[in-house]
Amino acid sequence: MASTSKTPEILARLTGSAEHAVATLRALGVDHAEVSVGVGNELEVGVRKDEPELVKEAQSSGLSVRVMRSERVATSSTTDLSKDAVEAFLKTVVEMAEISEPDPMAAPPSPDELADASALPELDLFDPETDGIDAARALELARAGERAAFAADKRITTSEGASFSRSSGHGVLATTGGFVGTRYGTYQSLVVQAVADDEGGKKRNGMYWTGGRFFADLDDPASVGAEAALRAVRTLGASKMPTGQYPIVFDKDAARSIVGLVASCVVGDAVYRKRSYLAERLGDAVAASGVTIVDDPLVSRGPGSRRFDGEGRAVRAIPVIDDGVLSTFLLDTYSARKLEMSPTGSASGGGGIPHSSVSNFYMLAGELEPEALLEGIETGLYVSRMMGFGFDAVTGTFSRGAEGFLIENGKLTRPVGEITISRNLDDILLGIDAIANDLDHRTSTAAPSFRVDQMTVAGS
Amino acid sequence: MNPKGSDNRVAASEAPFITGPHAIDDTLIARALGVALEQGGDFADLYFEYRRAASISMEDGRVRSVGGGIDLGVGVRVVNGTAVGYAYAESLDPEELLAAARTAARIATGGKVVAPINVTRVRAPSRYAVSENLVDVPGADRVALLRRADAAARAADSRIARVDASLVSVHKELLVCNSRGAVVHDVQPMSRMGVSVVAGDGDRTESGSSGGGGRYGIEYFAMVSPEDHGQEAARVALVNLDSRPAPAGAMPVVLAPGDSGILLHEAVGHGLEADFNRKQTSNYTGRVGESVASELVTVVDDPALEGSRGSINVDDEGEIPQEHRLIEDGILRGYMHDRISAEHFGEPASGSGRRESFREVPLPRMTNTLMTAGQDDPEEIIRSVKKGVYAKKFSGGQVNISNGDFVFSLTEGYLIEDGKITAPLKGVNLIGNGPEALATVSKVGHDFELSDGMWTCGKDGQSVPVGVGMPTVKLDELTVGGTEA
Repeated sequence: MASTSKTPEILARLTGSAEHAVATLRALGVDHAEVSVGVGNELEVGVRKDEPELVKEAQSSGLSVRVMRSERVATSSTTDLSKDAVEAFLKTVVEMAEISEPDPMAAPPSPDELADASALPELDLFDPETDGIDAARALELARAGERAAFAADKRITTSEGASFSRSSGHGVLATTGGFVGTRYGTYQSLVVQAVADDEGGKKRNGMYWTGGRFFADLDDPASVGAEAALRAVRTLGASKMPTGQYPIVFDKDAARSIVGLVASCVVGDAVYRKRSYLAERLGDAVAASGVTIVDDPLVSRGPGSRRFDGEGRAVRAIPVIDDGVLSTFLLDTYSARKLEMSPTGSASGGGGIPHSSVSNFYMLAGELEPEALLEGIETGLYVSRMMGFGFDAVTGTFSRGAEGFLIENGKLTRPVGEITISRNLDDILLGIDAIANDLDHRTSTAAPSFRVDQMTVAGS
Repeated sequence: MNPKGSDNRVAASEAPFITGPHAIDDTLIARALGVALEQGGDFADLYFEYRRAASISMEDGRVRSVGGGIDLGVGVRVVNGTAVGYAYAESLDPEELLAAARTAARIATGGKVVAPINVTRVRAPSRYAVSENLVDVPGADRVALLRRADAAARAADSRIARVDASLVSVHKELLVCNSRGAVVHDVQPMSRMGVSVVAGDGDRTESGSSGGGGRYGIEYFAMVSPEDHGQEAARVALVNLDSRPAPAGAMPVVLAPGDSGILLHEAVGHGLEADFNRKQTSNYTGRVGESVASELVTVVDDPALEGSRGSINVDDEGEIPQEHRLIEDGILRGYMHDRISAEHFGEPASGSGRRESFREVPLPRMTNTLMTAGQDDPEEIIRSVKKGVYAKKFSGGQVNISNGDFVFSLTEGYLIEDGKITAPLKGVNLIGNGPEALATVSKVGHDFELSDGMWTCGKDGQSVPVGVGMPTVKLDELTVGGTEA
């Protein structure tokens, strides 16, 4: 399993720290504890107009812990991993639990529910090349991206800059229940932001990025820069469109944002706190037939992939909305108990208060080419960017700022902006009437482009 | 009684870089700054930070978790022209500090003889008088505060179905040392209570929330009680049980005093942060001296409001910040600078350099962004609207710096019909363009209010606490993003 020569050595050291912390906590008389120890390494560089703006390099480390004693819970974290400091820290955390209150629901998984630490899935999340990218090379990648943006279109007048960042992390989760699991991964990304001048002092920015677990999977800087430039200039002259009801096509970035709202309503914490309009809807049709949304922690090289969850449970792919029907919520131990359901191995993090969370949460692709979504639309809106926080999970009320293009007779005709789109999320999902085939796993929450039969546009 | 002093004015220092065996002395500061500049950088600073936090969350009347911890470290920045080298150490170990300084130094590639740096300790003003920081209040007493909020919310109405509450308190100390020799120390307290409530009636479920705090200790609750927050959250949830779909389209909007200041933060504030103007990517670029709002509009960023969430005695580059007049009578007066942008524009550093922690570089940021009071009677302002929206509470906002389009999301709003506030509206988004929307300000009330401290601003992935405030304001036209076309 060794991904680099250093990985086994780092994991062995972290395992030693985590096991020592667990032993210390046992001696302090806790009933249960989870200890997460991790180290990270990051580089971030930025350029603007070809000149370096930022070179930031850092190594970080951390230990975080959740302890339970007499059904009382406390959590804390520290960056000092020296033995004496950790022992003093753990003593304080156990004392903190004293001021908490007994919560019978706050029980850990039973040992037989834990993942088999000797047979954790290999998800190909660590690129041995990543840590070797030095500042000079990173600056060159960012420069290449920005130069491509300026070269792509002479209307690009300035730049927010381009940045390249990489990170790697190694970690160990150990519990008093006997679980000791290791995790390690890398990520890198390149972002280019180009700016064009428009009428009346307005600027139009275009942002595009590439990212992934493996450096070799990234798009080349030239294509990222060119796309950023295109995204800036294509919005030149954007104006409002008339208020009314229109069919809406969400491009995959905007579609992803809608799917992210669904995620916030199917995690157990939102459900048991009555903060989800889907709380009472298990088994109901909550989306159009043909809409399937899954949470899959096992995607190879997936940005949201995990070998085990934050409580040490085994993980698996879970269909959340299956052909339009809400089939399950995503549950950690606590939310499952609250709801009298079975946990799904969806606890986040490790060493904190576990919360139910998504891993790679995405809508399955359809069969249409993205352009085919426009067919048959006489007047409609193609949404490429949304703004603001206008979503109420309790009621499903959705109202957000939007930018995009007017659709006329099946074609994109002019850029539009400074408008809002609104409709209840329930009706949006039930109103999905076409799904494209352009899903990718660049982001942990993902979706293909899709079309919704109608929404209200507020504009001129 | 406070054993640390009788005047209760200045919180005692506990940061290990100030007091105790690991206190950082002037010799080490000078040495680290010298190392930071040895490759030829123009300027360097060290940012030592100690942050002790304590939090309690209560779910449905029961303590769910008790958390907290200490974060400690130092960031080293080297500025070479407009390029920044940055590194940090998560300890006070002198070797780790010097290693970070060497890493940050690599932004420059030359080498020079650094003149000895003479370190001078500078005294910061005192803009937050804290009797006892909440971090130091015994856990049981903090739980009791949450229990009072919880009980008040439940007692408000039988339709209250669920109450969650949280209390977060922080004792933060920073020590900023720069290569010009200035060393400034500050102790920055912070506390915030939040209450959120779900109410149910038949088929309908709605929510409401209330939050507040600031650079206060326990004395905050003498001004605003836990019961106030519990009752306020319940009130909003109950109002929303009767809400109806909001209208869609452009119409007059009256903004209630206080939290509506979020409009200024988004529509004006971000666009005037000088980094965007240095890069010429803001729609306000090059417009100082021009009209960017109705002549009724004066907007300031004021770091000195005692106790406000956004207030600071010293910025995160060690500058003592002053009030910035951003817009005066509709005319754009200036930008908010950090050291790099101030140098670029040839202006004095204005104390707007802020960062989330020692792990991040400082950026030009807002503190408390305010519109000053006008002359109009608030009742009269509402009476002047035939059909429009009265906007009272918000969940957040966002702006596109380049074109100036901003949104903010309403969580409590009402229809105005024939000069009267009538039906409550479902959550709705408002959208406008900064200068265009502010040009339509036709009335400004005399009822200025500062928002109770609950806002956090995000930029480039960094969060900092901010304050907002404004009087009742009428915009003749703003786009309301409802469903009723």
